This record gives sequence, C-alpha cells and structure tokens, in this order.
Amino acid sequence: MLYALLCYNHEDVVCGWSEAEDAAVMEKLAAVQDGLRAERKLGPVARLMPTSSAMTLRKDQEPPIIVDGPFAETKEALLGFYILDCVDADEALEIAKRLGEANPGGSYELRPVRMFQPNSAAAG
Amino acid sequence: MTEAAWIEAALSGARPQAMGALLRYFRNLDTAEEAFQEACLRALKSWPRNGPPRDPAAWLIMVGRNAGIDAARRVSRQQALPDDEAAVSDLEDAESDLADRLDGSHYRDDLLRLLFTCCHPDLPATQQIALALRIVCGLSVREIARAFLVSEAAMEQRITRAKGRIARAGLPFETPNAADRAARVGAVAAMIYLVFNEGYSARAAQAGAHNDLCHEAIRLGRLLLRLFPTEPELMGLLSLMLLQHARAAARFDAKGEVVLLEAQDRGLWNAQAIGEGLALLDKAMRHVRSGPYQVQAAIAALHARATAPDDTDWAQIERLYATLERMEPSPVITLNRAVAVSKTAGPEAALAVVEPLSGPLANYFHFHGLRGGLLAQLGRSREAAEAFGRAIALAGTPAEAAHIRQHLDRLALTGQNCTD
Repeated sequence: MLYALLCYNHEDVVCGWSEAEDAAVMEKLAAVQDGLRAERKLGPVARLMPTSSAMTLRKDQEPPIIVDGPFAETKEALLGFYILDCVDADEALEIAKRLGEANPGGSYELRPVRMFQPNSAAAG
Repeated sequence: MTEAAWIEAALSGARPQAMGALLRYFRNLDTAEEAFQEACLRALKSWPRNGPPRDPAAWLIMVGRNAGIDAARRVSRQQALPDDEAAVSDLEDAESDLADRLDGSHYRDDLLRLLFTCCHPDLPATQQIALALRIVCGLSVREIARAFLVSEAAMEQRITRAKGRIARAGLPFETPNAADRAARVGAVAAMIYLVFNEGYSARAAQAGAHNDLCHEAIRLGRLLLRLFPTEPELMGLLSLMLLQHARAAARFDAKGEVVLLEAQDRGLWNAQAIGEGLALLDKAMRHVRSGPYQVQAAIAALHARATAPDDTDWAQIERLYATLERMEPSPVITLNRAVAVSKTAGPEAALAVVEPLSGPLANYFHFHGLRGGLLAQLGRSREAAEAFGRAIALAGTPAEAAHIRQHLDRLALTGQNCTD
C-alpha cells in the first residue's frame, strides 16, 4: 500500500531555522531516508517553499480566480511530503516515528494513496 | 536537532505573535517583554518535561499573561506570592485552546500593532531598527550592539530612548485608516530593508554579524508578507533580500575580504534561496503594479540567472535602473546605472553618466572607485590614480581600501609598462 506522508509544522519555526540548523535537520532526515531507500520503501520526496510563495486557483467559479497565498491559512502549514510503500498502517506509522525522531515538532498526516503516477518531470 | 535547539527555534518563532498579544494585554512594551521573558523561562523548565505544546505561541501568551498579571499584583501588594510553577506546568490543553481561540482572531492585528509600534513615525530609523531587533526578533542588546559596532551601553540607551518616546507618544491601539495603514506598512518594509542592508554591509561582515541581521530581516519580510499576502511590493522586498542573501557564501574570501560579483564562485550561491526569490518575483509581476522593491529584485534576478558574468543581461539591467531612477531619483541609483552603461556602451559613455554626480557623491566611496576604474579603462592613469586615492580615503573598511589599492597597483604596473 502506498501512503502519502504529509508534513505539517509551524512555518514561523521552520523558516526561522538558521542555515546550520536547517542543514542539521536535513542531514538527520537524509540518514532515515537512506535506510528507507535501501529497504525500497521510499518514493518521491518533496520539500515545499514557504506558503508566501504559493498561489491558489479557485476553480469553483467561472472564470476561476487566482489568489495569492496557500489554500487555507492554517497554524501548521503543509511544508512537504513523502510517498512511502508500506505493508500496512503500522509500518507507515513506524516510519513516521523514525522521521519524527530526526525532526521533532509539528505533525505528519498519513494518507493512503488512491492513485499514483510517478511520471518523469525533471527534479529541480 | 537537539531538544534545546528545537525549543529555542519554537520560542523565537512564536515570539512576534506572543509579544504582539502581550502588548495588547499590557499596553506597555516593558511589561509585555518581561511577561514574555518569564513565559520563556517557564517553557524551558516545562517543555523538556511535558513535551512541546501543540501551539507554542498560544502557550506563551497564556503563561506570559498570567505571569504579567501576577507580577502586577505582587507590586500592588508589595509582597511575594507563592510560586505557582506547579500550576503552570499542569497547564491543560483545554486552557491553551481557550487562549488559542481568544488570540487567533487577533493574530493579524497584534502583529501589525507590534510592527507599527517599532516603526512609530516619531522614531528615527536607527531607533526603529534597534527596537524591532530587540522586541520583534528577540536579539539581545549585546548582539544588536555588536552588529552596529557600538557599545552595549550605547545600544541599551538607544533602545530605552525609543521605548520612552513610544510611551510618551502613546501606542497605536486604534486601527489606522487605509491611507495611514499603507504608509505604515511602507515604513515597516523600509525598516526591514535597512536591517537587511546593515547586515549586508561589509561593516557588519567584519563584526561577524552579517548573517544574523540578514536572517532576521528575511524573517521579518516573511512575516509582513504573510500579513499582506497580495501586496506585490512585499513579495518584491522578500524576493530582493533572498536573491541578495543567496550570494552570502561567495561574497567574502577566506581572509574576509570582499569578492566582487564578477569574481564570485557562482557555485557557492544558494540555489534554494534563488529559487524562492525568483518564484516570489514571478508572482509579484503578475500583479502589474511595479515598485522599487520589485525593480531591484528584478535586477538581482538577472544577476542570479546568469551562470557566468558574461551571460549577464546588462542591457536589461540598465533599463531597470533607469526605471528605478524615475521611481526614486537618487545619485546612487544613477551610479549603479553607470555600471550597466559601462558594460553595454563602454567606459566613455559610463563616465558621461558618472561625472555629473561629482557634487552629490563627493564623499561616496563607490563613486570614486567606479570613476577611477572608468578613467583607468580610458587610459587616463593620472586622473584614475587621483580618484582611487580619494576612494581609499573614504573607504569604510580595510577590505574596501585593500580592494582599491589593488586597482592602484595595477595602474602603477601599466604605467611602468608604458614608460619602459
């Protein structure tokens, strides 16, 4: 079963990390990711730019309107996501805990994936 | 990240919002600051034991408010109350949810009031900057003093004076009307860019504080943009700071001397910061409401996009500086346009742009540096040497002076070659 692991945290906190702190967190996460990759459980991983760079297309009206900012102003913003290949929910939660130990604070939402197309857009 | 580092990041991330709410309760900067400090102390005791709260800002507001009220009671009764730490560490989620509901709706107003207070029109820019760094960013007086190369006592005095002026003028608790608000947002943006420029300057780099100030300015820029997410000039400001700061690692060599843009190792530029800066500029330009920050960001973007110095689109940069000159006429901007002119039309054309600036920029280091460089290119060595001499006399840092001395040495060498 594929799971999407959606990373939520306070943007003020994460954007406030110094470059050294940011690098330290990324290094710890990379170690966990390497393990998951070796176990062939890791799909695409993405870290999103801050919500201030977001635009939202509201398509519930004609013509659609473009709004600056994220879809929802939430205290904890969606800052990134993983696609994981897990045997069951227990394993997905176990992986989430491992990632959480590397990067405490905030929350991970686990959502089973209904449809997945890896496609081939070049990595940025 | 260690527990201590995470807690520190959470405290500083929550600081603006918590300080804003505490300022609303207590209507006094000192009281709000003391209440916040007390809340932080209790967080340092409680969070490692009980785990971080779900919403650090709500927790700090709740605890800070109680601490502030207790302190006021103690003063009024002239006696100590029993230590209530136990009560605080048992703070229930329900209580913090209540604080959350009470304060969530004030989020925007609280932050704006806090920023407007620091950028009070009665305060000179130096005091605005010092106050914002102290109150909003939470830098210590020592850190701010170090960044501005003044003594700690002098900086303490500057901040005390600023607070005094604000107390006398009264805090802006009313909601300003649209025109006032726009002017005040403009003042906050200007203050943020001053903080950034102070950090970007070679002077701060020598004090080892440049990254701190640039980092704080970028944080403030993000905060302000989050409050006004559809304002293209604020997107432009954040984009500009990100694009400039992206070059930080390449701007100084191992000896701490300035490396000019042309000579920088572009591989050291921060690709993530450039990516975010470009995305924000792209978004800003969709609004078709240009302004000085957007134009400056567009110039920085052209430099960032050039993979080698020769790939720089100087013609477009020249046009953008001309646009900026129309928006904000200033001899320094004209001087920058002259640099672009020298790349597109040669030293003679650039010198024609530079010469009329000799009055207003008589004491400006970069004027004499650029003028000397153009004269040298034109083979007017004696005049070039004079200009370089003037630049050295006006250099703000040893690195700036050393850089010009290199030009002088080169000039001397070519002079020798001519006479040989």
